[in-house]
This record gives sequence, C-alpha cells and structure tokens, in this order.
Amino acid sequence: MGAMFHISTLHYLVLGAALFLLGVIGVLTRRNVVIVLMSIELILNAVNLNLVAFSHYWQGMPARLGGGAQALHGQVFSIFVITDAAAEAAVGLGILIAFFRNKETVNVDEVNLLKW
Amino acid sequence: MLIGGIAVITRKNPVHSALALIVTLLAQASLYLMLYAPFVAGVQIILYAGGIMVLFLFVIMLVSIERSMKERQFNSQWVVGIIAATALGGLFIAVYFKGKNVFPEGVPAMLEGDNTQRVASLLYGQYMFAFEIASLLLLVAIIGAVVMAKKRI
Repeated sequence: MGAMFHISTLHYLVLGAALFLLGVIGVLTRRNVVIVLMSIELILNAVNLNLVAFSHYWQGMPARLGGGAQALHGQVFSIFVITDAAAEAAVGLGILIAFFRNKETVNVDEVNLLKW
Repeated sequence: MLIGGIAVITRKNPVHSALALIVTLLAQASLYLMLYAPFVAGVQIILYAGGIMVLFLFVIMLVSIERSMKERQFNSQWVVGIIAATALGGLFIAVYFKGKNVFPEGVPAMLEGDNTQRVASLLYGQYMFAFEIASLLLLVAIIGAVVMAKKRI
C-alpha cells in the first residue's frame, strides 16, 4: 500500500459483497414494495460487478488457461443479467400496479390474499 | 457507491431512494470503465439509469406515496431479517479471510479498444442460443406486464 496503490480484483469482490449485503438487508426489512424491488436491483448489480471484475481478471491470465484478450464471457453474462433485471422490473412493477388497484396499499406485509 | 446503496435502503421517500439508486448505478458504470468494459458501462447507463429507473419513477408516481410515508417503514420481521443478513455478512467475512491468499493476482490487462466488437462476436457466435432465449424472455415479460396492468382481460 505505497504510492502505487493497485486496485486488485479482490477489492471489487469485497465491494460487490458489501453491495449484495445491502440489497439483502433492504429486501428483508423494508415494507414498501417499490424499495424491495430496488433492493433486488442492487443485488443484481452486485452480481454484475463480480462478473465484470472476473472477466477483467481472466483477461490478464495466460491464453493457455483460457484467458487472454478474447475472454469476455463475464461481460456477455453481465449483459444477460441486465436483460433479466429489465424483465424482472417490468413484471414486478406490473404486478405492483395490479395489486395497488385492488388493495390500495404498497406494503409487503399487507399482501396476504393467499393466507387464511 | 456504498453511500448511495445505504441511502437506497434507508430513505423514507421512495423518490429519494430511486435517486440514490441512480447515483449508485452511475458509480458502478464508472467502475466498469475502470475494468475496461466500456460496452457494459454504456449498457448500464442507458438501460438501468435511463430505462429501468424511469419505469420505477413512473410507478412511484402512480401509487400514492403520501400515505405510505407516514406509516411504519420496516416490517415486523425486521429483527429476523437483520439477524439473517448478519449471518450472511459473517459468511462473507469468513470467506474473505479464508480465500484471500489462494487468489493469484494476474497481470493487469491493458487492452486495446475493440472491446465492443469482441463482445458482439461472442454474443452472436458462442452465446447465440442464450441470446435468443433472452429475447424470448423479454417478449414474455412484455406480454406479462401488459396483461398484469390491464384492468379487464
């Protein structure tokens, strides 16, 4: 940790883990459905950060191990994860609108139509 | 970025929460640029900060937020939630201390500027099938969202 402080892959992984943890806390403790969905976006973003960090890591590996400049699989996967996040947000918000029209609430603990 | 993430899960007003989430996403796009992933950074800014957040803000405006701001913000199982999240954090810390030395640090890659072309050739070559599945997933999601939000089917 001198003048040339190098940001390694491990730092990105720690940041991703912290972001994942924040998202988990948000999902488990908040009451507003909109904020729960935003916390799910935080979790997906943490996974994306890990994928891109490992993609960068593999690009620095020698080519005989499957690394090299062509190893961009992590970035391709992160694009797929972004697609999934978009689909999930659209469907989740559609469900939220339909539910709000019926019950006039956005709190998760009042979603008890299936409970008797 | 972490400050933005903390603000997302603690603000009372969902609009403030959404703005904090936009800050977080933009910070993450800059991290992608630092990791030599300019295409993913662009997709992140356009799709997340542009598209998904506009969707979130629309829904926040549609559902009424005045009443829900006066209510309790955390649900009744928040103690259990905090305990579970603490257990998960302990697991992360244990993994960090066990595995931080088995991690060989590679040479930092200094790449030239045709990242987008390489991503595209992978996406349309090796990952063609997954790409088609993703497009089908988006179609199903569009139909599902429209059906869900309609008044009468």
